[in-house]
Amino acid sequence: MKLVDKILKDAPAIPTKKYIAKDFQSDQDVRWCPGCGDYSILAQVQRVLPELNIPKHNLVFVSGIGCSSRFPYYLDTYGFHGIHGRAAAIASGLKVARPDLSVWVATGDGDGLSIGGNHFIHICRRNINVKILLFNNQIYGLTKGQYSPTSEFGKITKSSPYGAPDHPFNPLLVALGAEASFVARSLDRDPKHLQTIIKRAAEHQGTSFVEIYQNCNVFNDGAFSTLTEKETKDDNIVYLEHNKPMIFGKEKDKGIKLEGFTPTVVSLKDGKYSVSDLIIHNEKDTMLSFILARMSNIPELPQPIGIIYAVARPLYDDVVTEQIDKAIAKQGIGDLEKLLKHGETWTIK
Amino acid sequence: MTKELKKLDEVTIRFAGDSGDGMQLTGSQFTSTTALLGNDLSTLPDYPAEIRAPAGTLFGVSGFQIHFGKKEISTPGDTCDVLVAMNPAALKVNLHSLIDGGVIVANRDGFNDKNLKLAGYEKNPLDDGSLEKYQVHAVDITKLTTNAVLDLGLSTKIAERSKNFFALGMMYWMYTRPVESTVRWIQEKFSKTPELVEANIRVLKAGYAFGETTEIFHAHYEVEAAALKPGTYRSVTGNEAVAWGLIAASVKSELDLFLGSYPITPASEILHELAKHKNFRVKTFQAEDEIAGISSAIGASYGGAIGVTTTSGPGMALKTEAMGLAVMLELPLVIVDVQRGGPSTGLPTKTEQADLLQAVHGRNSEAPIPVLAACTPAGCFDAAFEAVKLAIEHMTPVILLTDGYIANGAEPWLIPPVKSLPDISAKFRTDPNGFFPYMRDEKTLARPWAIPGTPGLEHRIGGLEKENITGNVSYDAENHELMVKIRQEKVDRIANYLPLAKVDGDEKGDLLVVGWGGTYGAIKTAVEEKRRQGKSVSHLHLKYVYPFQKNIGDILKNYKKILVPELNLGQLALLLQAKYLIPVIKLNKVQGLPFRAIEIEQKIDEILK
Ligand code: SF4
Repeated sequence: MKLVDKILKDAPAIPTKKYIAKDFQSDQDVRWCPGCGDYSILAQVQRVLPELNIPKHNLVFVSGIGCSSRFPYYLDTYGFHGIHGRAAAIASGLKVARPDLSVWVATGDGDGLSIGGNHFIHICRRNINVKILLFNNQIYGLTKGQYSPTSEFGKITKSSPYGAPDHPFNPLLVALGAEASFVARSLDRDPKHLQTIIKRAAEHQGTSFVEIYQNCNVFNDGAFSTLTEKETKDDNIVYLEHNKPMIFGKEKDKGIKLEGFTPTVVSLKDGKYSVSDLIIHNEKDTMLSFILARMSNIPELPQPIGIIYAVARPLYDDVVTEQIDKAIAKQGIGDLEKLLKHGETWTIK
Repeated sequence: MTKELKKLDEVTIRFAGDSGDGMQLTGSQFTSTTALLGNDLSTLPDYPAEIRAPAGTLFGVSGFQIHFGKKEISTPGDTCDVLVAMNPAALKVNLHSLIDGGVIVANRDGFNDKNLKLAGYEKNPLDDGSLEKYQVHAVDITKLTTNAVLDLGLSTKIAERSKNFFALGMMYWMYTRPVESTVRWIQEKFSKTPELVEANIRVLKAGYAFGETTEIFHAHYEVEAAALKPGTYRSVTGNEAVAWGLIAASVKSELDLFLGSYPITPASEILHELAKHKNFRVKTFQAEDEIAGISSAIGASYGGAIGVTTTSGPGMALKTEAMGLAVMLELPLVIVDVQRGGPSTGLPTKTEQADLLQAVHGRNSEAPIPVLAACTPAGCFDAAFEAVKLAIEHMTPVILLTDGYIANGAEPWLIPPVKSLPDISAKFRTDPNGFFPYMRDEKTLARPWAIPGTPGLEHRIGGLEKENITGNVSYDAENHELMVKIRQEKVDRIANYLPLAKVDGDEKGDLLVVGWGGTYGAIKTAVEEKRRQGKSVSHLHLKYVYPFQKNIGDILKNYKKILVPELNLGQLALLLQAKYLIPVIKLNKVQGLPFRAIEIEQKIDEILK
């Protein structure tokens, strides 16, 4: 047995118990601005963790830099506050080295999609079993208010007084384009929904990507207000449910229908269309996932919230383990003497 | 007719041709065969950065030099005795390194009008008398090669490709080496294409027979086995030795090895080699970039593995920020920098020692990292092993510097008995009582390795400054200064665990030549030569460049003058002067090439005249 396995096996056991949310609060003071959407995300994660039945010493939260990346400090699990943009790479190494751990990444739109964009796309395509929560507030908060790669075109910020010349990313499309096997979106202001999505992300085998619309009330207040305020949200959000038709609206009187490849809003009231005309959401449908993700770029359409895509695909970490197991089964566990003396050697007497 | 067999003490051969001519392969085959015969040897591959530079051009020339003998061999040789030139460009580029009266074996077929023009020859040097001072053997290598495989029905292009084996066969005959080991190698290498096995073996043997039977060569030579220490030997390159040293450390420490790496010349072979050995539970992660290479390795170390990242200069630059993180996290990590010519992309396939200051000081703020330097290809094994040992036992990132010269160079290696390797003791914390992530071992100041999965040790670490002992985030002014000092002290104390440095030669004298890393062979050869001539000169070679061993200052005081030869503009010289406040004489070369012993000898003469 390898030393690490031995150490962990012999480590003094801690009495097991059923966790509650409070068990996941660390002793550190939470230092986000009052009213920040991050509080809700933290609370929802703390609520979901007890349901996962994972001993808390097997949970690791890795982050980069930014407001979102303070996340690990506030959770009483193992936590790793890394450097800007590199959380996905650090988590990849950790998960590949230690597949027994449940590894999570907390990141933001700047950390995950700007400086860390490269690592983000590559963890997605590899399908390493890491859970990524990306807090998208469409602004740089920690550096006090510059536009981010998800800020809208023309946004006026400190670094773009004449309007941001950048066209933004759609994180869902980035993840899908990078071959992510689990792509979802939720909102800081919809705790129940966020909990469900976090739970599904945890259960998914592979890289899970969850974009969470998060309000930065200091530098970008109200960025998602049409999606979170009572009066407007029902008409601006369509909640995706697997195998269910895409219905939305305060009165549940509208739906999404495909015209060719283009989703359009139809009324279910005027008798022209019925539920059977609507898109039936299918989490496993690759083509549909791109169409749904693209909806966020079209102002006339409601924003899709929920699980856009979830499919099973081989896990990088499993493949690595399998290759090692196979090599050991075939060649026996490595023998250093043999390695050093393989091939041509000669002996001097 | 039996030909005369003459005995020689040492020989240097240079194989040169187009980068597509297979000269590296020819050289490495000659090397293995020579090693098997028990000669001591040293090699230097010298190839262009382009994978397939345009055929026949001067910049497309690829060379491989081997120096072997019955005596101890420390360098690939300043000059060569034999030059095998497959085309005019190869002749032109390498002729300057051939000794007067040396042997040229040229492929006459390669000296056609087109190639002569490309190499800038107006007349064929094989015929115009310009090579009079050499012994020229112009052989129709290409034609003889295609003739040998005529009945195999191969295309001309394929058939001609075997011509390097003809040259190899001739050299085997000329230096009385058996063909068998190369025959076995061909059988294995080309096992999927039996027609190539047949062709290459036939051509190899044809080359051998050609030497034996034709009138061209009047004599051949024997170089007897060297008097090497008893034991089992193999030939090893620096990159292989690094890989095996890392695996050995993994076996000894019982920890899994994790390599996070992005391919880069001249370090990629370490990744290739480690990727083979899955049955040692080695995990190789070919990362998306250099930063992910080191970041993933840090993640793995955090999880209790030996995190390693391998790279060269440009990659080192990219890893800088993450190295600072590793300093802050105080996790074991090994960063291998196979130095090449720089700055920027520089000379990717050429050697240099100019990353020393980058390794020692090249990070933001106070971020001390121990730096080791391997001195010879085989020495890379011990250096890599030791880098892991220090990283684990002192809970710190460690940088191992090698260079393109020793990474690609090969030499015989006395394989150490596995039992003789030192233990590596990782100290994992499992007891939650009284645990704080930044409490320290009294002697080493190492913090505990508390890995995820250990019940009750849940804690948070990161790049923000830590409060002493608790590891909580702290912006306190005095605490910051304290932590900066503790991190420095921890690295300084490593000197307490290093063996004392030893000088080759007298302990006092007129001159001490101080080198580090891959210049070992050239300096050793030069100093030994001068000592034979009665000069008062000694050699100190540093394997530990940061921190220095404790007795370095005392040693330096014992000599009237200090000479520091380096393949940079004086980086070790700067460190020695800064630390020991002594004047040093510098000898610097930045040509992408190793020192020739003669260059150091001349400098010694100049100083001691
Ligand atoms: S700056 Fe914005 S994102 Fe950051 S903590 Fe404050 S409110 Fe939250």
